[in-house]
Amino acid sequence: MPEAIGLCVHSSMGKFFSAVLAAITLASVALFLSRHWMPSAAAKHAPILDAQLHWTLIDAGVIFLIAQFALAAFVWKFRWRSDRKTKIFPAGVRIAIIIAIVFIGIELFSAATLGRRAWASMYDRSASDSLQVEAMGQQFAYYFRYPGADNKFGPVHTDKIDASIGNYFGLDRANDDASKDDVVSAELVLPENRAIDLFLTAQDVIHSFYVRELRVQQDMVPGMRIPVHFTPTRAGKYEVVCTQLCGLGHYRMRAYVRVVPEAEFENWMRAHSR
Amino acid sequence: MNSSRAGNNSRRGFLQIYVFSTSHKVVGLQYFFLSLFAVVVGMVLSWIMRIHVAWGAGGISGFENIFGLNAPGGVLTPEYYLSLLTLHGTIMIFFVLTTAPQNAFGSYFLPLQIGAEETAFPVLNMLSFWATLIALGVLLSTLFIGDGPPISGWTAYPPLSAVGRDAGPGLAAGQNFWIISLGIFCIGAMMSALNFIVTFIDMRCKGMSLIRVPLTCWAWFITAILILLSFAVLLAAAILLLLDRNAGTSFFVPANLLVSGKIEPHAGGSPLLWQHLFWFFGHPEVYIAILPGFGIISHLIACFARKPILGYKVILGCMLAIGFLSFIVWGHHMFVSGMNPFSGFLFSIPTIIISLPSTIITLLWLGTLWGGRLQFSTAMMFCLGFISTFITGGLSGVLLAHPAIDSYLHATYFVVGHFHMVMGVSAIFAIFAATYFWFPKMFGRMMSERLGAIHFGLTFLGVYCIFLPMHVLGMEGSPRRYAMLTDDFLQSTVGMHRFITIAALATGAVQLVFLFNLFWSMFKGRKAGANPWNATSLEWSVSSPAPLMSFKGELPVVYCGPYEYGDTTEEQDFVMQSDSAGRQDR
Repeated sequence: MPEAIGLCVHSSMGKFFSAVLAAITLASVALFLSRHWMPSAAAKHAPILDAQLHWTLIDAGVIFLIAQFALAAFVWKFRWRSDRKTKIFPAGVRIAIIIAIVFIGIELFSAATLGRRAWASMYDRSASDSLQVEAMGQQFAYYFRYPGADNKFGPVHTDKIDASIGNYFGLDRANDDASKDDVVSAELVLPENRAIDLFLTAQDVIHSFYVRELRVQQDMVPGMRIPVHFTPTRAGKYEVVCTQLCGLGHYRMRAYVRVVPEAEFENWMRAHSR
Repeated sequence: MNSSRAGNNSRRGFLQIYVFSTSHKVVGLQYFFLSLFAVVVGMVLSWIMRIHVAWGAGGISGFENIFGLNAPGGVLTPEYYLSLLTLHGTIMIFFVLTTAPQNAFGSYFLPLQIGAEETAFPVLNMLSFWATLIALGVLLSTLFIGDGPPISGWTAYPPLSAVGRDAGPGLAAGQNFWIISLGIFCIGAMMSALNFIVTFIDMRCKGMSLIRVPLTCWAWFITAILILLSFAVLLAAAILLLLDRNAGTSFFVPANLLVSGKIEPHAGGSPLLWQHLFWFFGHPEVYIAILPGFGIISHLIACFARKPILGYKVILGCMLAIGFLSFIVWGHHMFVSGMNPFSGFLFSIPTIIISLPSTIITLLWLGTLWGGRLQFSTAMMFCLGFISTFITGGLSGVLLAHPAIDSYLHATYFVVGHFHMVMGVSAIFAIFAATYFWFPKMFGRMMSERLGAIHFGLTFLGVYCIFLPMHVLGMEGSPRRYAMLTDDFLQSTVGMHRFITIAALATGAVQLVFLFNLFWSMFKGRKAGANPWNATSLEWSVSSPAPLMSFKGELPVVYCGPYEYGDTTEEQDFVMQSDSAGRQDR
């Protein structure tokens, strides 16, 4: 026994580690299971995304339990004893490779099946009657616009943007026909159960559009017009928050999306139409 | 050649031997203390941020005295919070996780372990340290110039980082200094990497064939290649960003930006281009931080399990595979960036595959523990802690590898918990393990194992208390990088944030035990013998502390592999690599 190590070879440290690790492992699992942590979903594509998330979480959780307990058990069992001889375990290499391949194989399989469908469902543009909306992020607010009866968004003139008169998008209503009936709002109002094509843009720096309940998160990049597609399925008022560091007001950049029944949406649109 | 160089050393003055030194051991120690200073600064920054997030809304008495105008009424301004956040990330990633495992321990022990008297380019080694020190100075100087450090985070996404003061405080001079600091750091890192690569290839002593090289050296070698390839790209990106800011170019800034009421004079750039360049560096960087840890853990658990490492060649192959794959997964940082969704799906596949070699290595460590005679030195405890936290951080990474799941968890505290578990805990545990293990060789004395046990036990418990709750905060949808918890939803998470802050402060306080142990042992610790751990690699064949001329001009000859533990003679259970009684490779 190496004299220099002294105290450390005493097995108490190993037993302590095993016990603490087992406790941490169980506490971690309990923490995850103690509540349904995700806010309940309100979008058509959400169930498959949630299913993939939960499935992967269970998969990872089981492996977490097994691996941490194996570590704790090995440390406990093979702690130093003067009478113990070491045993080598040459077959372990093959076993390790097989376990790893099985684990990663499962992950790849899940990515290619459930994962592919979940990802694709977020880019589903098949709906023919989808509502077109544009969302624009700026330091530190969101503005939304609807194309109006002509179903065309008017062109943006950056030099005409003037928040003091409410022209957040820089519309030239006098000269651009398509702009005349555009409806601009600081609140995103959406009809329930109708497909939405939301086009994301940004005026100054990169922002992000994150609505927990709608399971939508997408950066808003200046110079780009990025579409996201979803169908809200449950009426309610949800928070839109910025998740891309955009400056000193990043923490307070938010808006609300109000999902309402179709009839109520029509009323709202009529009231705001020009 | 070596002896003449060393002969010159003895005629040099104090400055040349200990300050502007070309000795790999002095450079290693300089890097070690630089990282130690940096990690203390980085940790203090995180405390300030944690206290502010948990209790800051009402104002913290004392903050106003310390931070003055940056904390009116004791409440940190949001821009100052983001400045600290940028500094914390930059310091930890570059000046701790890149320098400590690779440059500090690599500079010191790579030549020793391969039986070389010096690195291949000692002057380059010295220059790399001084470049790194200057880079750190430039970075910290942002605290005192203009309106402070940049608020754009360590990822510095343009246009925020490209359009100057219009976009927010700290984005004028602060951002320029930040970019220059990074550029200097890149140059230093590449010089050191080049030196490591050539040293590894050219300077191995007689008998040190490639399969007799300790896995630590392999890890440093592979990491050096990653550094050389990835930091070159970061340097290029940094130069382009500097040009965008100061020379009117538009690599990253598109047309028609209206920032603070001003139309920016740029056109034609792409914000996503920066993200591609940055993460092309950024993902290998993750492995730059963790691969030396793989080497260290493999090396140490063989020693403290008194067994040969299980699957030496497989671990080596896995590290090479990780090195290669780390260059084709960068897009998983950009699933929600606006990149084509097909690209997102494509990037998720190698991201899942890269966990294959990591999983194999982890299982091989477990297999090495199996059947061993485990000696629970503090170094070994940190290795075991590494394995546990790496499993945890690795598994949360599996979730983020799937683009659909990531689109919910991206930029939430789940991600913060994930990468802190791997980079902030596992990689730091590897540094701790290496410190406790090699301290006798570096300083000639032993660290207190009793204090070490206290340090490990409380730290291990603490890091789980800090970072696990962050995962559930992310599941709830708490965005990261928020200076304050203002709205209704985030208010409901205040309790959890307070728990995390208390755990972070307590765990931070435990690090004082480590610092005390480190400095106390340096002067008062028990004198160490040449080989206190009964280890096999060449650094333990020279006296402790390693003399200025490690091998006194007589290079060692190696007779066996690095992990000959366990089944040897009655008197001792290991064979040193330089022991001519050692058998040939199995």
